Amino acid sequence: MRICVLMAHVPDTASVIKVGAAGNRIDEGGIKWIVSPYDEYALEEAIKLKEVRGGSVTVVTYGPKRAEAGLRECLARGADAAVHVEGGEAVFGDALAIAKVLAAAASKVGPFDIVFAGIKGVGDDAGLVGPMVAELLDLPHVSGVIKLEIGDAAVVAEREVEGATEVYEAPLPCLITAHKGLNEPRYPSLKGIMAAKKVPIQGFKPADLGLDEAALAGAATRWLKLELPPAKTGGTILKGEEDPAGAARELARLLREQAKAI
Amino acid sequence: MACILTFIEQRNGAIRKASLEALSEAKRLAGQGGWQVCAVIAGNGVSGLAPGLGAYGAGTVYVADEDTLERYSAEGYAEVVKAAVQACQPVAVLMAGTALGRDLSGRAAARLGVGCLADVTQLRVEGGALVAVRPVYSGKALATVDGGSATPVVVTLRPNVFPAEAGEGSAQVATLPGVSVPIRAVIRELRAKEAGELDVAEADVIVSGGRGVKGPEHFALIRTLADSLGAAVGASRAVVDAGWIEHAHQVGQTGKVVSPSLYVACGISGAIQHLAGMSSSKVIVAINKDAEAPIFKVADYGVIGDLFQVIPPLVDEIRKLKAES
Ligand SMILES: Cc1cc2nc3c(=O)[nH]c(=O)nc-3n(C[C@H](O)[C@H](O)[C@H](O)COP(=O)(O)OP(=O)(O)OC[C@H]3O[C@@H](n4cnc5c(N)ncnc54)[C@H](O)[C@@H]3O)c2cc1C
Ligand SMILES: Nc1ncnc2c1ncn2[C@@H]1O[C@H](COP(=O)(O)O)[C@@H](O)[C@H]1O
Repeated sequence: MRICVLMAHVPDTASVIKVGAAGNRIDEGGIKWIVSPYDEYALEEAIKLKEVRGGSVTVVTYGPKRAEAGLRECLARGADAAVHVEGGEAVFGDALAIAKVLAAAASKVGPFDIVFAGIKGVGDDAGLVGPMVAELLDLPHVSGVIKLEIGDAAVVAEREVEGATEVYEAPLPCLITAHKGLNEPRYPSLKGIMAAKKVPIQGFKPADLGLDEAALAGAATRWLKLELPPAKTGGTILKGEEDPAGAARELARLLREQAKAI
Repeated sequence: MACILTFIEQRNGAIRKASLEALSEAKRLAGQGGWQVCAVIAGNGVSGLAPGLGAYGAGTVYVADEDTLERYSAEGYAEVVKAAVQACQPVAVLMAGTALGRDLSGRAAARLGVGCLADVTQLRVEGGALVAVRPVYSGKALATVDGGSATPVVVTLRPNVFPAEAGEGSAQVATLPGVSVPIRAVIRELRAKEAGELDVAEADVIVSGGRGVKGPEHFALIRTLADSLGAAVGASRAVVDAGWIEHAHQVGQTGKVVSPSLYVACGISGAIQHLAGMSSSKVIVAINKDAEAPIFKVADYGVIGDLFQVIPPLVDEIRKLKAES
C-alpha cells in the first residue's frame, strides 16, 4: 500500500508561551519542537499498516528548515520516505493555504491509497487541515478516528461524537485523521535513528508545486494579535486538612451563594 | 442587504443547543453589521424544525430535507452549506464547534475556497467583517484572528461559551436543491452511549477525577458527587491511561475541550495538558491535598484536603441545599 502521513512540527505541549516582538506570534526562543502528538498516532497507524500489508510510508511536512528534525524522527520510527516543502512563514495560521500546499505535494509524490493526518495540530489547535486536504484531493475522509480496520477496497473507522460512537465505512483511497486511542505510538529504536540519518529528504519549494506562497497568503485567515490570557487571581482556597467537613460545607455555601453555581 | 448564515445541527430531529448559541450570536453580530440572519438545516424529515428558528432571530431558513441526509456525512452536508451560501451570499457562515461542526467546517470551507476560524470564544464586527478570538497553544495564549479577503469566512463557535437567547418570531422557509454529489464516507452504524450517561462535551456541570482518586473502585465517589450536582463525569489522562475509565471521559489536550458553567477537579494536579481542556470553564473548583498543585492557580474555589474526607460531607451539603430550594 502507498501510505502518506501529514506531519506538523509544533512547539512541545509543555512549552512556556511568550508573545514575540511582532505581537501576533509566539517568541520562538527556547521552544522545543516536536512531532505533533496526534501525528504520532497517525504515523503509528501508517507503520502498522505497512507492517501487515507491505508498501511504504511517506511523511510530508510543510514548514521551515527546523521541521526536518521532525521528518528524521518519523523516519527513525519506521517511515520510508520524507518530503519537506520548505516555507510556510507567509501563510502562518491559515489552514486552507497549508492544505493547498500539502495536497499539491501529495499529488506530486503520490498517488496514495491512504492519507493519515492528526485530528488537530498542537498550537493552532484548529483541526482543519485534514478535512481540507481530503476535499482538495477529492478523497472521502473520517476525522477523529479511534479504531480503524482497513480492507482491500474500503475502511471501517470509528469516531466518538457527543454521547455516541459513529462507525463509518469509506472506500479507498481516503483520508483519516487520528485521535488518541487509535494505537500506542512506538519509540524510535537506536537502529532506526541511525538508519534515518541516511535517508535522503525530498525537498520542494511551494513554487516547485506550482503554487505562489505570496498569493496564497493574500486571501488567508490571519493572526492579528496574540495575547496571554489574563491570569486568574483571587481564587478562594479553603484549608481542609484539619476540618474537612467544615471546609466542604463552606465550599457548598460559596458555590451556592457567591458563584450561584449550585 | 448582506446576511450572516448559521448552520443548524440536529440529531434525531432535535436541534443541538450549541447551534442555538451560534444562531443567537449571529443575531447579535447582525445587529452590529447591519446584516440579515439566515440559517440552514439538513437532515431527513427536518422541515418542521425550520420555522421555529425564527425565535432565535433567523429571518430565512434554508432546508435540505432528503433521505441521503438522514445521517451526517461531511461530503453531503458540505454540499448543503455550499448551496445555502450560493442562495444567500453571506459574509460569514457560523456553526457550533461540536464533533460534527469541527468535522464539517474544514471540508465546507475548502469546498467554498475560503478560510475557517475554528473554536472561537469571542466574536465582533470590525470594518464590516468578523474578528474573532480563539484559544491557541492549548489555551496558553489567545489569538485575535480574521478571515482575510476571502468570503464568506467559516467560523466554529466553542459550545457553552455564547448564550442562546430565545425570543418571538417565525422564520421563512426556503427549500434547497437536492444534493447530487457522491457521498463516499458514510455512517453505517451509530452506537449511542449508555442511556442516562451525560457526555462531558455537552454537560453544563462536570466533576472530574484524577490519580488522587487512587483506584478505579473509588471512582464511585466521583460519580456520587457528580450525581448530586447533575454533572457528567470527567477524568484526567493519567486515569484514562491506567484504564480506570474510558477515553470518552478524558478532558484535556488529547481529550475533550469543555467549558461548563461549573468544573470540579478532584485529585487532579492541573498539568498544562489538562488545563488545555477546561480552563475556559466559568467556575473552577479544585479539591487537592497538595496546596502547591497547579490546579489551584486556575481555581475560583478550592479545598486543600483529602478528597476522601472532603467529598462525602460536600455531597451531603449539596443535597441539603438542593432539597431546600
Ligand atoms: C502530549 C500530551 C498530551 C496530554 N493530554 C492530556 C489530556 O488530554 N488530559 C490530561 O488530563 N492530561 C494529559 N496529559 C498528561 C498530563 O501531563 C498529566 O500527566 C496528567 O494530567 C496528570 O493526571 P492527574 O492530575 O490525574 O495525576 P497527577 O499529576 O499524578 O496528580 C494527582 C493529584 O492528586 C492529588 N491527590 C493525591 N491524593 C489525593 C487525595 N487523597 N485527595 C486529594 N488530592 C489527592 C495530588 O496532590 C496530585 O495533585 C498529556 C500529556 C502529554 C505529554
Ligand atoms: N504544516 C503542516 N505540514 C504537514 N502537515 C500538517 C501541517 N499543518 C497541519 N498538518 C496536518 O493536519 C493536522 C491538523 O492540523 P490543524 O488543522 O493545523 O489543527 C495535523 O495533525 C497534521 O497531520
